[in-house]
Amino acid sequence: MSEANYPDDLRYHDQHDWVRLEGDDHAVCGITWYAQDSLGEVVFYDPPEVGATIQKDASYAEVESVKAVSDVIAPMSGEIVEVNDSLEDAPEKINEDPYGEGWLVKVRLTAPAEGEGLLSADEYRKLLEG
Amino acid sequence: MADLRRTPLFEQHQALGARIVPFAGWEMPVTYEGVREEHSAVRRHVGMFDVSHMGEVEVEGPGALAYLQRVLSNDVAKLAVGGAQYSCLCNEEGGVIDDLFAYRLGSDRYLIVTNAANHGTDLAWLGRWSHDFDVAVRDVADRYAMLAVQGPHARRVLSAALRIELPPRMRVAAVRVGRRPALACGTGYTGEDGVELLLDPEVAAPIWVELLEAGVVPCGLGSRDTLRLEACFPLHGNELTPERTPIEAGLGWCCAEATGFLGSEAVARDRAGGTAQRLAPFLIEGAGIPRGGNPVLAGGEEAGVVTSGTFSPSLALGAGMAYVRSDLAEPGTELEIDVRGKRRAARVGSKPLYEKAS
Repeated sequence: MSEANYPDDLRYHDQHDWVRLEGDDHAVCGITWYAQDSLGEVVFYDPPEVGATIQKDASYAEVESVKAVSDVIAPMSGEIVEVNDSLEDAPEKINEDPYGEGWLVKVRLTAPAEGEGLLSADEYRKLLEG
Repeated sequence: MADLRRTPLFEQHQALGARIVPFAGWEMPVTYEGVREEHSAVRRHVGMFDVSHMGEVEVEGPGALAYLQRVLSNDVAKLAVGGAQYSCLCNEEGGVIDDLFAYRLGSDRYLIVTNAANHGTDLAWLGRWSHDFDVAVRDVADRYAMLAVQGPHARRVLSAALRIELPPRMRVAAVRVGRRPALACGTGYTGEDGVELLLDPEVAAPIWVELLEAGVVPCGLGSRDTLRLEACFPLHGNELTPERTPIEAGLGWCCAEATGFLGSEAVARDRAGGTAQRLAPFLIEGAGIPRGGNPVLAGGEEAGVVTSGTFSPSLALGAGMAYVRSDLAEPGTELEIDVRGKRRAARVGSKPLYEKAS
């Protein structure tokens, strides 16, 4: 998508990741419009294994454009329960639909309270305006 | 970015919404609409690159040929008036200071096109060795804007849009573009047919616009890099450095040691005796994108280092070049590349890595 977009129903990590909370202890994660725009056309996504644990603020995956590689930072801690396999053949979905078909992982949260410390869409927009 | 220079086309890049980055002291466009799109425009149709950051040096005088034989690795005597020739500029140890094209504009007059990052170093080196010869060496970088128009349709589109006669490959012709004198060179850095135009900076912008209107796709440094990597053209600073000879880099074909050029003894020694490492192009087999600096392994042991790596848009695979132990540089050799801790299977390819099905 060509226009900057930060949906209000998501929470944001300042390293340009988003999280969509599902129920009490599950979440879907991905990278923001800003992250995919800075990176350029994504050509490769190296997902973590299902069952791997991820830790808030630590890298859990890599996305690469033609020119650069970028670590994906976990917005919350948990265990990977699903990875978006369709990105293997179509990593460009991360550019085209970063909050939809370009989701990266689903996580069972081990510390759901971490969500409190994340940014709202408004706060994240302000951070970008810097 | 206060100290960065801008080419005469900077406003054009801005107007097109290019992503602009610092490169070799210049503010240059990386991409306009996307690296892959620009890459495929050059492979299939025609694209243009602003390469005005590159430097130009004029060498003129009765001693010009003897002087260039001393400083350039190729046999400059073989360069006819109107011809183009690739060479290395070597130090006395045979290390590569720069790689460049020399164009013979007249019987005693040559033009050298340098890499932007090396222009100052080249000038100092060229000046230092000019004293023993009846020759004038002039920095004429400000006299030219440079536009590389590349792709299978480059000649047809260019000659129609500018109404000029284009020189064949590896030739240079004096032409008029925008009512000003210009040089058209049958050279490039993409592995496609094409022309490089050396223009009066004042006509660069209107010519750029004219070519845009003729359907030429503006291309940035991103696709310039992916195109040259697929073609296995070395980049100074990555594959070529003052610490390695042209022989290690596979550029023995542009070295004529019999001319006695500066560094020729070291080059002759490496050619005869071989070198510990050689430059090899490779493709990743499966997933993973190699990057410069990644270690190369063979049989589990460290065997070299990646100098350039990228995602090859034409092949849809990770591709790169690496210095590897010389016995591992043969096409077909299996290697592993350590891409940030993950070992990726790779195989040495032959040059070029990408070639159009004919």
